[in-house]
Amino acid sequence: MAESDNIVVETAEKIFADLADPQEINNDKKGSWQAPLWRALSEAGLPLAWVPDDLGGSGASLADGFALLNAAGRFAVAVPLAETMLAGWLLAQAKIASPEGEMTVLPASPKDRITIDADGSLSGRARGVPFAKAAKHFAVLAHGKDEVSIALVDAAKARTESGLNVGYDHSDTVTLEKIQPVTIKPAPKGFDQTTMMLMGGVARSLQIAGALEAMLGISVRYSNERVAFEKKISKFQAVQHNLARLAGESAAALAAATSAADAISNAASFDDAVYLEAAAAKIRCAEAAEKGGGIAHQVHGAIGFTIEHILHRYSLRALAWRDDFGSESHWAVELGKLVAKRGADELWPLVASR
Amino acid sequence: MTAALRFDPIRLPPECEQLRKEVRAFLAEEIAAGTFSPFKPNREDTDVPEFSRKVGAKGWLGMTWPKKYGGQERSFLERYVVTEEMRVANAPTRRFFVADRQSGPVLIKYAPEHIKMDILPRICRGEICFAIGMSEPNSGSDLFAAKTRATKTDGGYLINGTKIWTSSAHIADYMIAIFRTSPPTKENRRHGLTQFLVKMKQPGIQVNPIGQITGQYEFNEVVFTDFFVPEDHVLGEVDGAWKQATSELAYERSGPERFLETYYVLTELVRAVGPNPDTRSAEGIGRLVAQLHTMRRMSVSVAGMLQAGKEPVVEASIVKDIGTVWEQQLPHRVRDLAAFVEETATNRETLERQLDFAIKTAPKLTIQGGTTEVLRGIIARGLGLR
Ligand SMILES: Cc1cc2nc3c(=O)[nH]c(=O)nc-3n(C[C@H](O)[C@H](O)[C@H](O)COP(=O)(O)OP(=O)(O)OC[C@H]3O[C@@H](n4cnc5c(N)ncnc54)[C@H](O)[C@@H]3O)c2cc1C
Repeated sequence: MAESDNIVVETAEKIFADLADPQEINNDKKGSWQAPLWRALSEAGLPLAWVPDDLGGSGASLADGFALLNAAGRFAVAVPLAETMLAGWLLAQAKIASPEGEMTVLPASPKDRITIDADGSLSGRARGVPFAKAAKHFAVLAHGKDEVSIALVDAAKARTESGLNVGYDHSDTVTLEKIQPVTIKPAPKGFDQTTMMLMGGVARSLQIAGALEAMLGISVRYSNERVAFEKKISKFQAVQHNLARLAGESAAALAAATSAADAISNAASFDDAVYLEAAAAKIRCAEAAEKGGGIAHQVHGAIGFTIEHILHRYSLRALAWRDDFGSESHWAVELGKLVAKRGADELWPLVASR
Repeated sequence: MTAALRFDPIRLPPECEQLRKEVRAFLAEEIAAGTFSPFKPNREDTDVPEFSRKVGAKGWLGMTWPKKYGGQERSFLERYVVTEEMRVANAPTRRFFVADRQSGPVLIKYAPEHIKMDILPRICRGEICFAIGMSEPNSGSDLFAAKTRATKTDGGYLINGTKIWTSSAHIADYMIAIFRTSPPTKENRRHGLTQFLVKMKQPGIQVNPIGQITGQYEFNEVVFTDFFVPEDHVLGEVDGAWKQATSELAYERSGPERFLETYYVLTELVRAVGPNPDTRSAEGIGRLVAQLHTMRRMSVSVAGMLQAGKEPVVEASIVKDIGTVWEQQLPHRVRDLAAFVEETATNRETLERQLDFAIKTAPKLTIQGGTTEVLRGIIARGLGLR
């Protein structure tokens, strides 16, 4: 993925390089970097990349959008880009036009539910909603008696309690109490909360893979600079082997995430094979975040543990992203159940179908 | 930093799916006929010559080679499908696998034409078996410490010394081996090794069996005493084998055989837990399947790079490192998860027998084909650390 001739990714990378340099962001304690970055991304039409032209977006392909998220991960971008993209995508499923400004999606956990009351109003609680505090609108997946609907909700009408995830980004609790949505329409046939969680999980997988790539890059660089015992630490075999393992985790995360993105981009529906790809990506990327992030910190020694160093921007975000749209434990249980239900002799055919 | 490691999501083309069906049908027939059992990876009958011939007759050996040598000129991706289906079925591939994967391609690159015309079609027909003679008692990881000598004589070379851990040497018709033709130079300690084609089962070669902790007999000590190799059996450049050896590694290291050797215990676990697993089993299975799927996607991706004519040495090393560590841990994870399998599970006995064998197999997986430590050194070099 992330072809360098991909115009969407190129545009994004240029903006990130100019306005989302991790070191500058890290030095800026007041958060004054946020507005210019968001403005530039919006002007380039990136937050609504997945929204078709006729619904107010820029109509990029799913594949280009996924590549954009991978690039965002490489910069550990901490504005609601992925969230607004997912919201726009969700709304577009029901042909609802996207408004301007920051959005996020809810629920963000497979266990939370938003329901539709008889009068068409929405109620329910969603925990761990990324960037809810910053959002002007929510794209909501809601359950009626027998049907699933997609709604656009004015964020000001909901009660939002602030929270922070381990990466210091907003991860909030949103409570809807008989809120009338701006728009509500039925979800397409077969589309359900699991579909939305899988899509969100793949978005997070690409971000995690990007963060790991960046961690590998800065760890290799650091090991070639830092001298101990009169040698660059990169010359110690133990350090080399740790970095080789980090490269493996980074490669595995990227392979799993890009494969899942490719599967979704080319699939007609979220069938078992796509389920395998998406769930596996979230599981494997989360594992890679844990193992790979651990190595990146080990290589950096104490300096990487300081708030001044940029490493934590990647490592903590990668760890935090594990929790959104279903953790690896959640997906492992679900994938295991699916495999068991299909039966032993269908396991290899499922794996080999990809 | 160095160029990013990329594993593009290569998909197997439609012709592979058709082929996969054919391979599955063939294997099902052979299983039904009793040629081998998919439930017995620890088969005693490791040597099944008639199976090799049948695979050859199907056109599944030397698949990617030129037609004039008996090959099919098919793609690496097609070969990939055949390999993985054979592995997953626990088919007895030992007799032909080395020749198909490694020895044949070496001959195509470096052997004189008359030898190619003689040997390659026989490999394709599944008639002959190859061994690889790299390791010696004091040179495993450190290949360049190899001492077995090839001394120039009239019309060829005389070989003296010992190879060890040589898989299948006891059934092999040929071995491709490296011998020392000159001492290493000060500037280049890799200098002085030459690759040879050795015809086995001749006077001057003695093959001594070495037992393995699995109870199987698979590798050997091979002792050469004034063994004569004719001149035209030199493969490639005299004293320059090190250049040749390194470019072949990607083929050896990234295939499905590098993560599927203990796969069978996973299938049996899924069978044992049944359609409604408890949360613990479900989670364990889910994680293992996610890891397996990811490695396979990486491995297919490397096959795609090979098909495209690239030399993905670092990527292949990463697949082997992650793959062999995984297949090594797999039996232990499955054992953990099987602890609560119902006593009444119909396949309990099979599962336990398989686990017993897989646990005994596991220690070798990160050693054969290059140790984990050596691979990580190659990856580190690729990262610019050396
Ligand atoms: C089942 C099986 C089949 C085999 N079949 C064949 C075959 O057909 N033909 C063949 O030629 N060989 C074969 N081998 C041999 C195999 O290639 C060697 O065992 C392997 O290369 C390691 O060499 P060694 O056993 O001499 O261990 P050593 O090289 O002595 O290594 C011992 C330990 O030291 C570590 N080590 C060594 N050097 C370094 C270093 N520079 N940095 C860090 N760690 C290091 C190793 O990683 C290992 O952990 C087979 C091995 C097995 C187990």
